[in-house]
Amino acid sequence: MIETALIIETVVKAVVVLSVVAAMGAFATFIERKVLAFMQRRLGPMHVGPYGLLQLAADGIKLFTKEDIIPQNTIKPIFIIAPVVAAASAFVAVAAVPYFPEFTVFGYTVHPIISDINVGLLFVMGAASVGMYGPLLAGLSSANKWSLIGGARAVIQLLSFEVVSGLSILGPVMMMGTLSLIDMNDYQIGGVSHWLIWKQPLAFVLFAIAGFAETNRTPFDLIEFEAEVVSGYATEYSGMRWGLFFIGEYANMITISVLVSIIFLGGYNDLWFIPGALAMLLKVSLWIFLFLWVRAAWPHIRPDQLMWFCWKVLMPLSLINVLITGIVLV
Amino acid sequence: MELRGFKNRNATPGYIYFEGEPQAPDSWGRFKKFASRAVKGELFVGLWIVFREMIKFNIHTVQYPMQKLQMSPRYRAIHRLMRLFESGHERCIGCGLCEKICIANCIKMDTKVDEKSRKLVTEYSINFGRCIFCGYCAEVCPELAIVHGDDYEHASEQRAHFGFKEDMLTPLDEFKEKKQKEFPGFGALSRDADQFVKKTPLAY
Repeated sequence: MIETALIIETVVKAVVVLSVVAAMGAFATFIERKVLAFMQRRLGPMHVGPYGLLQLAADGIKLFTKEDIIPQNTIKPIFIIAPVVAAASAFVAVAAVPYFPEFTVFGYTVHPIISDINVGLLFVMGAASVGMYGPLLAGLSSANKWSLIGGARAVIQLLSFEVVSGLSILGPVMMMGTLSLIDMNDYQIGGVSHWLIWKQPLAFVLFAIAGFAETNRTPFDLIEFEAEVVSGYATEYSGMRWGLFFIGEYANMITISVLVSIIFLGGYNDLWFIPGALAMLLKVSLWIFLFLWVRAAWPHIRPDQLMWFCWKVLMPLSLINVLITGIVLV
Repeated sequence: MELRGFKNRNATPGYIYFEGEPQAPDSWGRFKKFASRAVKGELFVGLWIVFREMIKFNIHTVQYPMQKLQMSPRYRAIHRLMRLFESGHERCIGCGLCEKICIANCIKMDTKVDEKSRKLVTEYSINFGRCIFCGYCAEVCPELAIVHGDDYEHASEQRAHFGFKEDMLTPLDEFKEKKQKEFPGFGALSRDADQFVKKTPLAY
């Protein structure tokens, strides 16, 4: 009986999280267009609905009803499955992420996490790295040189920055002695002064930079930079297959924002007078805004600069951070 | 004539020539350059600038179909044929200068002498598929009869649209409502033109 209840609860939670994250991802595209427009003294979408709010629906309808093109010479099954891999891995990563403090509905306590596994952080980062197969398979199967270059860039970039994000997160993990995101959140109970960002500032910066790289956001968006590789691995995609890549990217953005908020910024603990759930929402929104803000302000860097920056600057720094953390702990 | 002024190929003053930063001589210099750049905070200046623009909310968008820009009077769009303010007759006297000067050969006019022995323009058309909107016709016209309007939205289903006399001529009802304005733009009279008008000497 308890087993059945657990299964039902998990399924309900999975559906809710899936739909909410997908909807948030879609909404983030609208917000992105608006914020970028305001920062460039434009208005952004204005015609569909009040202040262009229904642009989301219009874009969704367009994506769903577009002709599904599979070009000649592509490797068809791989071409078809690549966007699914990208989106699915992004959503799988979401499974072990807690969003809110637990709350009670009709006397039933709900834990807003699909699966509270004790290696949550490892699972999230591992599942997110599987998303690398999306661009890789898309690039290899598209029979297009730009797609191939974009896919290759995706792989070197994600592989390199996996190292940085993994090493930078090692310091906090050593301090907190746990890989469960809920325990990490509970470690920081007690207000702003208990946030981990004060104890691990370097790790915070490194993880944030690696997060930008792993979600292909602007300073590191050379995977799909129009002037060089058309649209990178997604050049040959159209309609809903392209939409899946897009949703996956935005789901990854949300996941990274939630991870940074939980690990470094105090998670969903109450902040002064703000209840925990709202504080969490604020932090995540702030991080999404930062993603957009940086995109409006900064140019992107060359692939060789990216590799140089990753292996010669970020990785030594993260190793030093681990070393210092170890010395302090001992 | 002194040619020196024309032989100077340098750009006008106001340009700043930038030869690039001096190269660092050794690796220590390069490291110092890297370190100074790393702590300079230029990235945050960029962040602040775009954020400032967002807060200012100084939007420059023109929402085109609903809002339109005021065209400059010198803008050269689809031609208009004007009427005389006094009588409402067409200003065009059929002299054919515009037809002659048109470098795209797109103006075609037919004239005849009417019963009052005045030249009458029966047909006047401009092939807007060929017109390059150079403005020579408006400039050469002695009567200010053909001018350039400011109607820049000349997408149409057919090339022949607004190419004929009845399309370009100020409609009579519009003229009677005094909606015809003297054209201030290309080829028009200068503002102080009246001062240069002399009486016709009749005492020959």
